[in-house]
Amino acid sequence: MEAIKTMRHSVIENPCHACMPLGAILAFKGIQGAMVIIHGSQGCSTYMRRHISEHYNEPIDVASSSITEPGTIYGGSVHLKKGLDHLIQVYHPELIGILSTCLAETIGEDIARIAAEYTVERDMGAYPLVSVPTPGYGGGHSEGYFLAVRHIIARIARPVPKHHRINVIVPHLTPAEVREIKRIMDLMGVDYILCPDYSETLDSPFARPYQKIAGGGTSLQELAMMGGASATIEMSRCVETHLSPGRYLAGTFEVPLYNSPVPVGIEATDLFVNLLKELTGQPLPDVLQRERGRLLDGMIDSHKYNAEGRAVIFGDPDMVLAVSSICMENGIVPAVAASGVHSKALELEMQTLTAGRTDVATVTETDLAVIRDLAVKAEANIAIGHSDGRYLTEREGIPLVRLGFPIHDRVGGQRLVSVGYAGTMMLLDRITNCLLDSKLSAYRPRMLKKYYSEPSGKF
Amino acid sequence: MKTDRGETLLKARTGFIRTKGERMPTQSCEADSVSGSVSQRACVYCGARVVLNPITDAVHLVHGPIGCASYTFDIRGSLSSGAELYRYSFSTDLKEQDIIFGGERKLAAAIDELVQKYHPPLVLVYSTCVAGVIGDDLEAVCRAAAQRHGIAVLPVESSGFAGNKSEGYRVACEVLMRLMEAGNSPLPAMEPGINYLGDYNLAGELWIIGGYLRRMGVKLNAAFTGDSSLKALQTAPAAAFNIVQCAGSMGYLAKRMQERYGIPFFHVSFLGLQDSADSLRLIASATGDEEVMARTEELIAEEAGQAEPFIQAYRDKLSGKKAAVYVGGGFKAISLIKQFRELGVEVVMIGTQTGRKEEYDEIHNLVEDGTVILDDANPAELERFMSRQGADLLVGGVKERPLAYKLGVAFIDHNHDRKHPLSGFEGAVHFAREVYHTVCSPVWKYVKQGG
Repeated sequence: MEAIKTMRHSVIENPCHACMPLGAILAFKGIQGAMVIIHGSQGCSTYMRRHISEHYNEPIDVASSSITEPGTIYGGSVHLKKGLDHLIQVYHPELIGILSTCLAETIGEDIARIAAEYTVERDMGAYPLVSVPTPGYGGGHSEGYFLAVRHIIARIARPVPKHHRINVIVPHLTPAEVREIKRIMDLMGVDYILCPDYSETLDSPFARPYQKIAGGGTSLQELAMMGGASATIEMSRCVETHLSPGRYLAGTFEVPLYNSPVPVGIEATDLFVNLLKELTGQPLPDVLQRERGRLLDGMIDSHKYNAEGRAVIFGDPDMVLAVSSICMENGIVPAVAASGVHSKALELEMQTLTAGRTDVATVTETDLAVIRDLAVKAEANIAIGHSDGRYLTEREGIPLVRLGFPIHDRVGGQRLVSVGYAGTMMLLDRITNCLLDSKLSAYRPRMLKKYYSEPSGKF
Repeated sequence: MKTDRGETLLKARTGFIRTKGERMPTQSCEADSVSGSVSQRACVYCGARVVLNPITDAVHLVHGPIGCASYTFDIRGSLSSGAELYRYSFSTDLKEQDIIFGGERKLAAAIDELVQKYHPPLVLVYSTCVAGVIGDDLEAVCRAAAQRHGIAVLPVESSGFAGNKSEGYRVACEVLMRLMEAGNSPLPAMEPGINYLGDYNLAGELWIIGGYLRRMGVKLNAAFTGDSSLKALQTAPAAAFNIVQCAGSMGYLAKRMQERYGIPFFHVSFLGLQDSADSLRLIASATGDEEVMARTEELIAEEAGQAEPFIQAYRDKLSGKKAAVYVGGGFKAISLIKQFRELGVEVVMIGTQTGRKEEYDEIHNLVEDGTVILDDANPAELERFMSRQGADLLVGGVKERPLAYKLGVAFIDHNHDRKHPLSGFEGAVHFAREVYHTVCSPVWKYVKQGG
């Protein structure tokens, strides 16, 4: 396996990732009663709202301080404070996330200081304003996501007495996947604090009256308790140390940290449930044991079809790693594993995962043009990733299994489940069926050509 | 901290909201968004990108951090009969060290790389907030690149903070003027045609109108900017007159072309049967050609004859329903009021992101008493007035859709990523069908039973 180093060029062609504040918004959507204001020009908030709501099909209200030219010259703190006033009047949030942007950081706005001033000026006591520096040039949305979770916990968690609950930090999954992880933990009798919990807020049921801030999310009380937990499970192998919420909890409150991969695939799910067994002393419940057996049964049913798969995988580092694992388990070659953001961790994890193979290329900090070239070279016959990869289908005829974020050209991206034994089975079926579809829709003309109309005699 | 939980309308927003028939000061509009109000507007960059992105054979290079390019990657429904390059999203992907040391060198290298790879006749370099603040000299970099490669390379001064979306339209129109000036080609002496401004060929809308013009015997010279190429745009100065559809984005260009080339213009609208017929007649009479006028009447009779039975059938289903409208510009809002009237639907709430004063005056004249008119609205206001006015459907863009659905209200996508045309007679039938599909869907039966 080779990590591709030579692919850097001076222009990004068809981006594979979004920017930092977008990920931070998603993290705040998992906090009960939270609202977000972006300190920057109006467009940032609007573009991100559009991008997120297309995927989730949910209203995504995010305020903006709407800095204009004078604000850029003389400072935007007046805009931000007025924006906070207005946001509070309309939404009555329990917590407010303040995110900076490229513009705010470049003109030197100190959002933490402005937030502190505001709290004093408005006599707000301990009201939780959580400022997160998220310049768009500082990283991708997956990094913004973890950074925001870390800041939220750092702001709210308290040195409370030790208790038996377990912190669970999830990366950017689907709301349905968060529900599935909670179901698994409930089945195993785990008492947990899951953060950020957007399982309801970003996939809310139709209900009247309409709530401006959707119900659900990790509560302030739960966040406060995280410092006293008996352990933290952080479902990320790729999060960098300085962004890791679990590291923060370990460093500040000495909560033991367990880094688990995203439980996609039989091995990763085994690791997750074994960790839960170890931490709780509970056995694997029969329901989950049977789900595991059913997954294994399905893997056997599909293994010969999967053996023909050569996948190009792209998206957030943790998602790419998870999908690469499920490919390896099922005889599909993860021929190209790529992420738009820089991730040394992904490169290292891929090396371990695919040790000894020479037909796997991992590339990070890249774009879809490079991914397309690599996919063609690798003769990939299936793409797994977000909707922007549809152009691999359009240009190269590589079919796309939609997974990750954003999925804006199909419905239901927020309801996909690929975690746990049952979720893994669903993802694997989608992958296998995609391969079958390609094969079955083409084999008649292919065979006709190869053996009848234009036989070459070559294998 | 005390807040009045009952009041979700901001004092700073009162001037932007009025109800027809009530004594109120005139509508505020064309102002900066209120901080923290959760405006639905985007930025200067967005406005510029809306206007220029449909130029099919250009490299559209965003000079800034990755987000601005990510959020505009192939999101438009603009179609092309030729080049596909406009669907790609290019970015210089500025990083921290570029912010400190400047991004000019990176930009020049990016242009070189793209020109080498794609051989475009035109590179448009969009400025973003960061590019504007760090003071990169886009003009100089573009000029040097143009000389190096012998093609048109132009900066689009679209730093996000430098105004709102309307400013982006203006910036884009200036770029189009420069493109025409750079054209330098001797004006063709043959029979002049007309230019069509403010159609972005969403789902083939330009082709529909182009087909009408052909049948009328009117030559379409250049279209701005749907399905356009640099070469086609540069023929525009030879036109006899300009017709302008999306006035918000292209009214400014029409004025500039009148000043510079003496090309007269008038406004048209191809939304709805009546506006479509009126507009075609206007074009025909502007040619002064009796034969064109006769052919136009034949065309209208034929097209309207085909469309009317459909419209009538939908009208029977929709009559008496109430619509709320929240769209980008005033032009579209005005047309929608009339188009809904053709379907027997009353507009009870109407607003725009960037409507101008004269457009709000016309909206005010057109709507019934009691209709709420909003400028630069936000989700809280849309929710409040849609509910209070008893709207059965909302017309809007991507961000408004989930709000309507969560309120149990039907929705019409009148945005730039739509996949079916809404222009002309056929478009009017598509529109009516979409209204019918959403308003009369069985799903609302279950919603009424309670969520």
